[in-house]
Amino acid sequence: MITVENVRYVYPNGNEVLHGVNLHLDDGDFVAIMGENGAGKTTLVKTFNGLLKPTDGRVLIDDVETRRSSVAALARSVGLVFQNPDHQLFCETVGDEVAYSLRNFGYPLDVIERRVRGILETLDLMPYIDSSPFMLSGGERKRVALASVLVWNPKHIVLDEPTIGQDYQQKDRLRNFIVQLNTQRKTVVVVTHDVEFVAECRPRVVLLSRGKIIADGKAEEILSDSTLTERASLLRPQISLLFSSVTGLPHDVIDVFSAKAVINNAIGGRK
Amino acid sequence: MAIIDIRNLSFSYAGATGPSLSNINLEVEKGEFVVVTGPSGCGKTTLCRCLNGLVPNFYTGELTGEISVCGLDIRRQPTSVLSRHVGLVFQNPENQLFSLTVERDIAFGPENLGLTREETKERVEWALKATGIEDLKDRAPYELSGGQQQRAALASVLAMKPEVMVLDEPTSFLDPRSSLEILGVVAKLNKELGMTVVLVEHRLDLATRHSDRIVVLDKGVVALDGPPRNVYGKQAHLIGIGVPKVTLLFHLLKQDGVKIGKIPVTVEEAEEELRRILAD
Repeated sequence: MITVENVRYVYPNGNEVLHGVNLHLDDGDFVAIMGENGAGKTTLVKTFNGLLKPTDGRVLIDDVETRRSSVAALARSVGLVFQNPDHQLFCETVGDEVAYSLRNFGYPLDVIERRVRGILETLDLMPYIDSSPFMLSGGERKRVALASVLVWNPKHIVLDEPTIGQDYQQKDRLRNFIVQLNTQRKTVVVVTHDVEFVAECRPRVVLLSRGKIIADGKAEEILSDSTLTERASLLRPQISLLFSSVTGLPHDVIDVFSAKAVINNAIGGRK
Repeated sequence: MAIIDIRNLSFSYAGATGPSLSNINLEVEKGEFVVVTGPSGCGKTTLCRCLNGLVPNFYTGELTGEISVCGLDIRRQPTSVLSRHVGLVFQNPENQLFSLTVERDIAFGPENLGLTREETKERVEWALKATGIEDLKDRAPYELSGGQQQRAALASVLAMKPEVMVLDEPTSFLDPRSSLEILGVVAKLNKELGMTVVLVEHRLDLATRHSDRIVVLDKGVVALDGPPRNVYGKQAHLIGIGVPKVTLLFHLLKQDGVKIGKIPVTVEEAEEELRRILAD
């Protein structure tokens, strides 16, 4: 459970980024936090594991206030994957990088080995186990950063822009993996600009603009709303644009497969 | 002669187990707008690095074949000479910005081209405006957000007005409307100044409207090369590139037996086709 109560955050240079944010996430929620550049999305998720402590208000992780705990303790239950993988990676091989946290937590060697292999296979990284993370492409480094957090099995997972540099297949894998995490009652929070990814996953969407939550609801409602998306500097998904421009079609369709079903239904037996 | 002429190019990074590029042949004419895409790790960034000589002059390894850009053999010219002709916007803006203010970072290129003080000033102001970061000019690049850094990195290359502009996922940290706006600036320079553009991009829904040609790399080879409509066929989907959603929708409808005229590659084309299908 993640609870954000009246959080205001002011950076040391006086820049106030969050102006009173309230948010409640239950275990097993899948939430996309979206909004324009500089809206405060990354600042908000950095308060979840205590990297940033609110200037006013409070953040509770499973009823523990982040101010009363340490980042080291909070990180065990809140895994945060940074936007820029180079802020996170430092080991000599992918295998070491991914094993690092488990070694620190003192897991037995055979468990570490098994878990590292499992997560590398899931994220299509096994061929690189002995490579240096810095020899890999941007998209692959992003997946190594993801693997190095997911491997310790945190209860709440926060991914900052996970689809950057990922091709369609990798995004599909990521989507399936998130669904799998969700069925294990894990909270998954994704910070993203990728409207097409969100249109396919259809999570709950929290729209942040200029440090305030301006909408919180179903993906198909928010992403098909031209006023809201414009305020948050998003584009509507292509399918939503297509459906709203052709008369007689429902306005809340945002993904390819629902669109296909609606069209097939409309033309009936006239193929 | 083509402004970019690549023949039988193969490259392996020093210490890597296999080649990153294998036998690439690619010609790009002056003024073309080419989008390069393909699965992650397929060699897109390596190809960009070849175009201004960072590969093999900085990132060493084994290179065979020929590459000439603006008539210069990248192996015989130092990057300092190539950079007068080819501007490269890196994937990670932090690898590119180094000055204490954004303004100084943008001025660095024009100053090194030996432009006058007045002209440098003019270029800096123009680049700040084109990328929408006039208010950031006195800020330190390292304290900016990822999206702001990307705008600054792009401005610093734009200010040199290179003949060939190579952009490696230049808007990945930007929100969709800002990405569209920035790609619009690049497309405008392509049209008005005839600047040749090579753009690496996964989000083909954003990139397709400006480009006349899509090159798909897969495992270090050119798998597909042609106008968007030809490339976004079945094969592109098999390789795993994210064809625009409207294109995917009409491919799927066609598979279901719906009669489709031509497969749309933009939302506007899709609207037309969908109206026709529903009216039939």
